[in-house]
Amino acid sequence: MSSLSNSRFERSSAAREPRWVKWTLLTISLAFFGFFLLLPLISVFAEAFRKGWETYWQAIVEPDALAAIKLTLIAAAISLPLNLVFGLAASWAITKFDFRGKHFLVSLIDLPFAVSPVVAGLIYVLVFGAQGWLGPWLDEHDIKIIFAIPGIVLATIFVTFPFVARELIPLMEAQGREEEEAATVLGASGWQTFFKVTLPNIKWGLLYGVILCNARAMGEFGAVSVVSGHIRGFTNTIPLHVEILYNEYNFAAAFAVASILALLALLTLAVKTWIEWRQQAETKAAPIIEKQK
Amino acid sequence: MSAASRRIFPGFNLSVGYTLVYLSLIVLIPLAAIGFKAGTLGWETFWEVVTTPQVMASYRLTFGASLLAGAINAVFGLMLAWVLVRYNFFGKRFIDAMVDLPFALPTAVTGIALTALYSQNGWVGQYLEPLGIKVAFTRLGILVALVFIGLPFVVRTVQPILEDMEIELEEAAASLGANRWQTFRYVVMPILLPAVLTGFALAFARAVGEYGSVIFIAGNIPMVSEITPLLIITKLEQYDYAGATAIAAVMLVISLLMLLSINGLQAWTAKRTGRGR
Repeated sequence: MSSLSNSRFERSSAAREPRWVKWTLLTISLAFFGFFLLLPLISVFAEAFRKGWETYWQAIVEPDALAAIKLTLIAAAISLPLNLVFGLAASWAITKFDFRGKHFLVSLIDLPFAVSPVVAGLIYVLVFGAQGWLGPWLDEHDIKIIFAIPGIVLATIFVTFPFVARELIPLMEAQGREEEEAATVLGASGWQTFFKVTLPNIKWGLLYGVILCNARAMGEFGAVSVVSGHIRGFTNTIPLHVEILYNEYNFAAAFAVASILALLALLTLAVKTWIEWRQQAETKAAPIIEKQK
Repeated sequence: MSAASRRIFPGFNLSVGYTLVYLSLIVLIPLAAIGFKAGTLGWETFWEVVTTPQVMASYRLTFGASLLAGAINAVFGLMLAWVLVRYNFFGKRFIDAMVDLPFALPTAVTGIALTALYSQNGWVGQYLEPLGIKVAFTRLGILVALVFIGLPFVVRTVQPILEDMEIELEEAAASLGANRWQTFRYVVMPILLPAVLTGFALAFARAVGEYGSVIFIAGNIPMVSEITPLLIITKLEQYDYAGATAIAAVMLVISLLMLLSINGLQAWTAKRTGRGR
């Protein structure tokens, strides 16, 4: 989100620290960054390849690992579109209309971020578990939610719930309502306004929210761990599979599978940075368009 | 006012209705289950469950380590944000992008990576062990994990405020005879303080509920290195749903309080810096 154009700070002699202060600050913060952030990331790949390519590859193509990858993809594929639609609906509701309790609603949308992942898993056990509210009814109809795939999907939806909405609400708030009002006055229908005016304006913010949502959906551990029951090859997602391998002291395999998730994290950061650059390029170009109008 | 603006755009009922229904089904009703289940315990049993010595020890550990990690992140996060905004150096764009790594890296991966690093024969652990410093499977390990996951919160709340800061303020202070430290202490810091506190509160809130990155490195010894979220899991595995729910209720109340104070802090930041939220 940073512009990284700091020439104004470097140029002003009044807003500059003595050389030694600058170098001390740089050294300490870079050392902190390298030690606490970079080193753990590098160690994932180092541990993964410690026993060579062959072991690495075997750990990934093994049936249980593939089943875990498949389940993770399913959970993300279901939770992503649902939270995307919710994010669009919520941000439209909040930024295009004025109603009582709006700020409270925004706080409620953020709620899943404030709740511990373990608590997030527990609430679904309390609703759908054998002793939960709907437990007896579900049992009668032979529907399994907890310790089965639907529970994992629900927990994933919960922990990724706010991502798209919280990215879009400030963005659409800042853009205002003028363009949509103009479209409506000119006779566009609600959906036309949405697809032709709003959506193009928010596409980068939307993509931003979706990739963050995806990263969390595929990497969630605590919430999913509570509802999964850890049935190998059946209700294990990639992070849960990593845990099982690790607890079996099968470190090379655990890190090999973990390295897939680390790659996904790196990919997420790369796309995120790319979006930020595109956004900056577009805001820089915007004033020219403004003048042409 | 509300009636008029409602009429300009279509879709009020659809978007607000859908938002409320989805929010209730996924978040509110399931969360309410905690309240109901905890309510069936009765006040005395509830109190007994959430104040046993083992649970009390876990609160002290969880909140103590989270506070400490938040404080460490406040200091180093501020420093990192400062360096990223104010200085030019090689690899800056890379570092700026990588600051979000703890948001993107799954917690279980963080957990096993840190454990491998700090264990007896790990890259870092092998040098600390001879000095008598044990990190993996101790409370120190929990702190390391919480520092990792909390860092981006402080950097990302402070960074935009630093970027928008008017350089003229500092120039004015300098021309009035303030030295660089005085300018920082009396001009820059008061503007940054609400953002630093917000970042601290966000990091703290996240750390309190953190599970995945901690359990691998913690050692999980009852009364010593057992965090509160782990206690919930342990009780669930013993089919003690009531006990798990009681502790979860305590954590939920604390999360809600944190959410409220973070909202307050953000309002303060907006007021101090003149930025909209």
